Amino acid sequence: MRGRLGPIALRVVTAAVLVFMYFPLTLVIAYAFNDSGTSAWPPSGVSLRWVEAAIDNSGLRDAFLTSLAAALGATTIALVLGTLAALAVARHRFFGREAVSFVVIFPIALPGVVTGMALSTTFATTSFPLGIVAIVIGHATFCIVLVYNNVIARLRRVSASLEEASGDLGADTWQTFRYVTFPGIRSAILAGSLLAFALSFDEVIVTIFVAGGVKTLPIWIFQSFRLANQVALVNVAGLVAILLSVIPVYFATRLTSDTGAAGRT
Amino acid sequence: MTTQIVTAPSFPRRLAATLHRHARLRLGLLLAGPVGWLVIAYIGSLLILFLNSIWTRDPFTGLVIRQISLDNFAELLTNPLYRTVLLRTLTMAVAVTATCAILAFPIAYYMARVASPRTRGLLVVAVLMPLWASYLIKAYTWRLILSEEGVLNWFLGPIGLKGPGFGEVGLWLVFTYLWLPYMILPIFAGLERIPSSLLEASADLGARGSMTFRRVVLPLAFPAVVAGSIFTFSLTLGDYIAPSLVTKGSQFIGNLILSNFGVPDLPLAAALSLAPLGIVIVYLLIARRLGAFEAL
Repeated sequence: MRGRLGPIALRVVTAAVLVFMYFPLTLVIAYAFNDSGTSAWPPSGVSLRWVEAAIDNSGLRDAFLTSLAAALGATTIALVLGTLAALAVARHRFFGREAVSFVVIFPIALPGVVTGMALSTTFATTSFPLGIVAIVIGHATFCIVLVYNNVIARLRRVSASLEEASGDLGADTWQTFRYVTFPGIRSAILAGSLLAFALSFDEVIVTIFVAGGVKTLPIWIFQSFRLANQVALVNVAGLVAILLSVIPVYFATRLTSDTGAAGRT
Repeated sequence: MTTQIVTAPSFPRRLAATLHRHARLRLGLLLAGPVGWLVIAYIGSLLILFLNSIWTRDPFTGLVIRQISLDNFAELLTNPLYRTVLLRTLTMAVAVTATCAILAFPIAYYMARVASPRTRGLLVVAVLMPLWASYLIKAYTWRLILSEEGVLNWFLGPIGLKGPGFGEVGLWLVFTYLWLPYMILPIFAGLERIPSSLLEASADLGARGSMTFRRVVLPLAFPAVVAGSIFTFSLTLGDYIAPSLVTKGSQFIGNLILSNFGVPDLPLAAALSLAPLGIVIVYLLIARRLGAFEAL
């Protein structure tokens, strides 16, 4: 860029975009502690009473626990399947290898409403009951890619010759995995799992299609928007939802600062 | 220890030896789980979705009849409602994608080519955090911002202005806000990959800053912009939450699908959802031709 004008203008635009991205998030914090409990601006004062009311609300508490269970279930499945797929694609040459890496990103690349419709139509057609199990299956399907991407990025950086050396020195398949491969990819698996947890915890577009009557935290929030007496609780729930998606992601970025694999696909 | 040496090798040990000798078996065991899951749970679901779209529905009971008919597609093509909604959704997706690209480019450029490594690292985290922060709450905050007595009017009021309120302009703002990080990150990665030597060569050959930008930086960064646009485009097409939050009942393709889903008309909803599916697949094919997949 010519002269100083370029960088200064760039700095201003960068700062403006950052304000645009962060202002709405700070608003959630302001509203969660807003004394009046309405959505009128400006807030009337700082208070913890809505936080206490949120903790006491059994519907909200149940929804939170449901989301936690669904996210843990989906993460566990995604963690196993994503790692296996990454090991296969990174360490083997085979027909259809490209297709595997394509099919893994498919569930997240297609519009959410298509994924939701496809899953719920299948559950309806096969008479599979909607509910927590259906949610876990749906979430696991699009969370696999997060673990897969992180693990495969790490495997590409760690040379396969270490594993060959381990075999040459007499270690069997399990020992090589346990003492050589796994320690190398452990933090990438963890990072991918944290991202999977974060995504599953606040997913709503697919979830609505497969939940049946079950309420996850985002569904509870979505259904409470319209209820005037719930607005104050929604604000507190929103703060919890943001923290539970941002904190895992923060740790995931710390774990993968070498590969920068925390992007969504 | 000694006894173990003289006895026959344990089962895990023998299995390990078998796996070691048969690479194909090892590969098969690695792939069976993930590929089986994705093929059954996802590809299978898409096929069943397709099947439902060519099935029909009993008009009295609302139950699905497994009988092939193209009525749903005829309905989609002839009923002007669907054309209007599809066109509205596509226009929104294009507008949001263009706005995201314009806003994302300067910040991505600053991150990739101007900022110090330390600032760059901080900015990457600063862009990642809002990307992952609860989607629903981010959309919901805009209800608070755009409402009549909301933050935006409170700020604009003293200078005699008014926010766009609930409606399609507001929705365009919300989508731009929601998907902006998805555009910034690929462009940042694309710009970071341009070797400095190319820019120096352009300057040595007499190009001014603006010329280098137009003739060297932009063409090289274009595939990355297309890569980012896959997300902004696909996410806008597939969203029904934001329209229900910040418009006064404007219909988008997602809302139509959701409102027909279940008892009202599952086959019609299935046929409807083939529209965004088809559009995104065509978009992905074009994006691949433009080199976006290498830029992901």
